Amino acid sequence: MSATTTTTARTTESLTTSTSTPGWARWANQHRKWLFAAPAMVFVALLIVFPVAWTVYLSLTDAEGSVRAESSFIGFANYLDVLSDTERFWPAVLRTVVFTSGVLLVEVVLGMAIALLLWRPFKGEKWVRVAVLLPLVATPVAVGMMWRLIFDPNIGMANRVLGWFGLGPWPWLAGEHSALPTTMFIDIWQWTPMVVLILLAGLTSLSDEPQEAALIDGATAWQRFRHVTLPLLMPTVLVAVLLRGIDALKTFDILYATKGKGGGSFHEVETLNVYAYGLSFDYNEYGVSSAVLIIFFLIIIGSMWALTSRRKDVA
Amino acid sequence: MRARTPFKTFRVVALILVVLSLLAPLAWMVAASLKTNVDIYNPDKALLFTPTWDNYATVLKQANYVQFIANSLWVAFAATALSILIGVPAAYSMSRFSMRRSALVVLMARVIPAVSLLVPWYYVFSNLHMVGGFTVLILSHMFVSLPLIVYIMMGYFDGLPLELEESGLVDGLTPIGAFRRITLPLSTPGIATAGILSFIFSWNNFMFALVLSSADTKTLPVAIFDFVGYASIDWGGLMAASTVVTLPIMLVALFAQKYVVSGLTAGATKG
Repeated sequence: MSATTTTTARTTESLTTSTSTPGWARWANQHRKWLFAAPAMVFVALLIVFPVAWTVYLSLTDAEGSVRAESSFIGFANYLDVLSDTERFWPAVLRTVVFTSGVLLVEVVLGMAIALLLWRPFKGEKWVRVAVLLPLVATPVAVGMMWRLIFDPNIGMANRVLGWFGLGPWPWLAGEHSALPTTMFIDIWQWTPMVVLILLAGLTSLSDEPQEAALIDGATAWQRFRHVTLPLLMPTVLVAVLLRGIDALKTFDILYATKGKGGGSFHEVETLNVYAYGLSFDYNEYGVSSAVLIIFFLIIIGSMWALTSRRKDVA
Repeated sequence: MRARTPFKTFRVVALILVVLSLLAPLAWMVAASLKTNVDIYNPDKALLFTPTWDNYATVLKQANYVQFIANSLWVAFAATALSILIGVPAAYSMSRFSMRRSALVVLMARVIPAVSLLVPWYYVFSNLHMVGGFTVLILSHMFVSLPLIVYIMMGYFDGLPLELEESGLVDGLTPIGAFRRITLPLSTPGIATAGILSFIFSWNNFMFALVLSSADTKTLPVAIFDFVGYASIDWGGLMAASTVVTLPIMLVALFAQKYVVSGLTAGATKG
């Protein structure tokens, strides 16, 4: 305690008594907190806070067509239009919810299983870890194209493999009802490794003692997982769910790469993000799209809030 | 301990299955990129085929990919460098002075859907006649890079003991001097982690370039679509293009595995 006090005292002394320091340098040192943060804060204010505020404003106008066109204030009309739209908006909400909750569930369960497989050291561990990392860093658009070939109904490997078992052919991405599950499969292939890495980091940081104690008490492997490992790992699981959940809600690249504009000709994979993008840049309906985006944003914040308040219960 | 052997066998089998399902699709993409379109359509040539570099010749020469590779490199490099330049000091301030509210604003950027920024950006930048130029692309990619770098570096600075800087102050360094000569050199692993990750995310980013780039400035993920026509797809070219986009970033991840993993899992174990 006393050591810290002395240090602080000498710091101030060295600052105030040193005459060699020019005035601007002393000013910079005294205000370094804001000086260091300022450039990043200005960037954030200009390129993030201001645009978000503008989106809120646009959502209350009838802006459409050219970006130089005049627009007028129309209140909450866009919101009413959007919320009563059962043709594009609500199906998109439903697809977003199905997509996100589906991939999250599979990715967390599968990710947990794979993380447990990798947990204890084994021969060739290094190579397995490389295999886990590769899908994760691959460019999502390229990943979409890769699966597009594999799932092609006529020449794709997927239907050939099904054929070996006397099944198929299935339409995969080309089917009106099978397209969404197929894109979910692609997301699961690419992002389960992310959950594996996060959970593995959590598992490695756990202390061995509770495990050993449970082992001495004669707990089975499942009991040790269910009552020792899982509760201790719960905070990490929630971090994984939070990070993956935010990104899954906003999935765009693989949907656009596999089904193109509007989520396919029947909008079969049109999630909220894809819908908002199409409204903005295919139809130039800036006002309506801004309203969709604000609602989308509120959905994201709401689900995050629901998750983090649960996190406090667990911890 | 009789139960160990069946478990060991199960574990080996399961691990092989995991590795296969992760790598086989990638191997399939690379294999298809080395086939003629005739061979891609022929089930008998699935594994045994005469490899050809023709698709890569198409991608690099006809499709002008050398230009797009340069574009992607430039945008990712510039966005990362600028984000490090302004993000590292900001992360330092936010960590040392516990500016949690400011930090929250920066981190909100991870949550905001990118489309909601693209609309206003498009408004402003097209009125300034900047859409299609590199400046706007680089700024937009910083929207991804900067929060990532601030997030990773805040965690890193939180973990650096204060005593190191204090001893520098005792030796007569100014606070900024202590940051420059003590904290910054100690932070190189953290900066490397943040930089590599930011580079990967920028390289892979699709939506910003889709809206804000022109035929000359487009980046690789957008250029992939040159091989997707309305009526037909040049599968060989498409797979070669996808390989050209993905392979470099996989090599980066392979050689910098330690950094990539620590960046991706940053903050995962703090609870």
